[in-house]
Amino acid sequence: MIPELGQFALVLALCLALVQCVLPIAGAARGNAAWMAVARPAAQGQFVFVAIAFGCLAWSFANNDFSVLNVATNSNSFLPLHYRIAATWGSHEGSMLLWVLVLTIWTVAVTVFSRHLPADVVARVLGVMGFVSVGFLAFMLFTSNPFDRLLPPAPDGHDLNPLLQDPGMVFHPPLLYMGYVGFSVAFAFAIAALLAGRLDATWARWSRPWTTVAWVFLTLGITLGSFWAYYELGWGGWWFWDPVEKASFMPWLVGTALIHSLAVTEKRGGFKAWTVLLAILAFSLSLLGTFLVRSGVLTSVHAFATDPRRGIFILAFLAVVIGGALALFAWRAQRVGTGGRFELVSRESLLLTNNVLLLAAAGSVMLGTLYPLALDALGLGKLSVGPPYFEAVFVPLLAPALFLMGVGPIARWKRAEIPELAARLRWALGVSIVAAIVVPLVMGRFSALTALGIGLAAWIIASAAITLADRVKHAGGAGIANRLRGTPRAFYGMLLAHAGIAVFVIGVTLVKTYEAEKDVRMAPGDTMELGGYVFRFDGVKDVKGPNYIAVRAAIPVMREGRTIVMLYPERRVYRVQESPMTEAAIDYGMFRHLYVALSEAVGPDAWIVRVHYKPFVGWIWGGCLLMALGGLLAATDRRYRATAREPQPSPYAAATSR
Amino acid sequence: MKPRTKRIAIVAGGLAALAVAAGLVLTAFQQNLVFFFTPSQVAAKEVPQGKTFRIGGMVEKGSVARQADGLTVRFMVTDTAKSIPVVYHGALPDLFREGKGVVAQGRVGTDGVFMASEVLAKHDENYMPPEAADAVKRAQETNRKATQTVVGGERR
Repeated sequence: MIPELGQFALVLALCLALVQCVLPIAGAARGNAAWMAVARPAAQGQFVFVAIAFGCLAWSFANNDFSVLNVATNSNSFLPLHYRIAATWGSHEGSMLLWVLVLTIWTVAVTVFSRHLPADVVARVLGVMGFVSVGFLAFMLFTSNPFDRLLPPAPDGHDLNPLLQDPGMVFHPPLLYMGYVGFSVAFAFAIAALLAGRLDATWARWSRPWTTVAWVFLTLGITLGSFWAYYELGWGGWWFWDPVEKASFMPWLVGTALIHSLAVTEKRGGFKAWTVLLAILAFSLSLLGTFLVRSGVLTSVHAFATDPRRGIFILAFLAVVIGGALALFAWRAQRVGTGGRFELVSRESLLLTNNVLLLAAAGSVMLGTLYPLALDALGLGKLSVGPPYFEAVFVPLLAPALFLMGVGPIARWKRAEIPELAARLRWALGVSIVAAIVVPLVMGRFSALTALGIGLAAWIIASAAITLADRVKHAGGAGIANRLRGTPRAFYGMLLAHAGIAVFVIGVTLVKTYEAEKDVRMAPGDTMELGGYVFRFDGVKDVKGPNYIAVRAAIPVMREGRTIVMLYPERRVYRVQESPMTEAAIDYGMFRHLYVALSEAVGPDAWIVRVHYKPFVGWIWGGCLLMALGGLLAATDRRYRATAREPQPSPYAAATSR
Repeated sequence: MKPRTKRIAIVAGGLAALAVAAGLVLTAFQQNLVFFFTPSQVAAKEVPQGKTFRIGGMVEKGSVARQADGLTVRFMVTDTAKSIPVVYHGALPDLFREGKGVVAQGRVGTDGVFMASEVLAKHDENYMPPEAADAVKRAQETNRKATQTVVGGERR
């Protein structure tokens, strides 16, 4: 009964989405206020029904209703309750439902925080979001219904993939989807601007916080995914250039470009058409990413053959949304205008260069992701593009972008002078050169790439400090404390996010250069040495979890004769799927991680143990968190709230409180 | 600078940067394409000598053997028509098992043994790496007498 209720709710949501899409856009075109006013209630109603559907599916999972196919294939009665609920979005169908739920959450947030916007803008924005929702709801109902019944019911479920039975996986998809889908708001604003043929600084101010918040979620989602891969897969890597990772990284790169382009549009009224194009691209890549991952195209091209309806529906929807948006852009972009003029050396041109570099990076990722797929689909052979390709491309593309990050914030709008910039940044240059030489020498081994990475990171931090000092010096108000307080939050947000990039670069550079790893065969009592630490293998013992059995090794880690930590890596076998899983043990330190994974038994009591010494690896995720925090500060800046006639809570609160 | 010259300069600079980027990307791309071959193709010596490539298929039952050092492992990868010996040094992925699909990356030595630098793990027990499934399918198409059992696990 409950699953049918969920299905019915989905059908009702689809009907409301159709209304939300058609009436308000038509109303905005014809100036019919009554039709436009339908947008808000329709969007809110749609949210209610999608939430009911989601609740029904979660209920089926929580109550082990194995007569639902989705539950039977992705859950098990031994699975702990919190993972049963997380299993709601662990499958293709469930994650599509989560996608739509997140979309309706964003839509409702727009209805709540758009009271100060003109009615036609709201109508168009909600209409476009309704259109996206129609596509996804129809996709679910016609090709991947999460409520399909299984008759006769299974006695027990097939269990959730053991790799997903982890707290990281509980939060990773919702965060990532908040990011992916959040770009739909920027997309909807862009389409609305094209439809209306009107785009000004106010438009940028409306869509900017939404974009930033979506970007923050995407950053957090990717960070969490990367961290999960690091501790859960047992290989000690934090980024594999896996197709799924690439699918989330492309919208991030374009979204980052969009944030910077929006800044120009808001402050200077420039880059208008470019901003609109980026907004379209960012969401298109989000859609592409969702579908690549979720349709099974990436992991197996045969998924198209096994369920052709799904593949064709996906392609058709992508073609309509992306093709339609780009066609609209081609037709209307001229009405939007390109914006103000600027000199060759100015903050605008620096931001433009940064945009081009980010886009080139995104394009190169796309080439590496889609080319093998295209070749395979055409039957021209199978190949893969190795991680060295991405590394070879990213260093030369992003090194100049990192350099410009130091210059951009201090350069003047419209026209800047190179000698003046050089004079203001000479200290930063000195600091970064010293750091580039000293840090690798202190760490023990010098290499040009390490020096480059450290130098650029120091350059970003030092120039951010100079930018801040400069700002404070020229700010009004008495006393440093007042001036610091008077500086807008968005400015701090920008500096913090840039510093986050620097921290990230330090982490990547140092871990890439100085990490060490060893696979060793160890019997009880054996010791090995890595990175100045001694690891002793004290044998294994059997332990039992709720739905798995495991062997757990005890490995004391010693330094200078003293035991500093005990590590207990496990090797689990999950009862239902009988797949073995490596559960690594990690000693987290500020400046290094010690990472031990138990691989397989060789001989009666000897095991293969994989040990990693990872200097500064934590800085990678720390830097990403700083970026997200910076984005958060920027999105909650006072001026976005000041645009409202009455005081309103920040858009961020809207996005998280549900 | 006149606005016109300025615009031309910006466009030219942008195009030059794009050209450099495109050149970079394509060179790196070319160098890092890893082609895929089936065991039959390797046996027929259709593979480039001394270049890294991937092979895929099933791990032959009863073929996995560890050497005395405990770290070097040897096994046969088969597409049901031909088998290729593979040597790998280090810890194998969790889901590596006899009779299951596998993809290995490396190069062929002069003795015809495939020296794997990487053995790929997949995230799901029933999931067969598409390359491995493809290799088996191709071998079976050319060699009809092979049994049906191996293709079973192809789809999740």
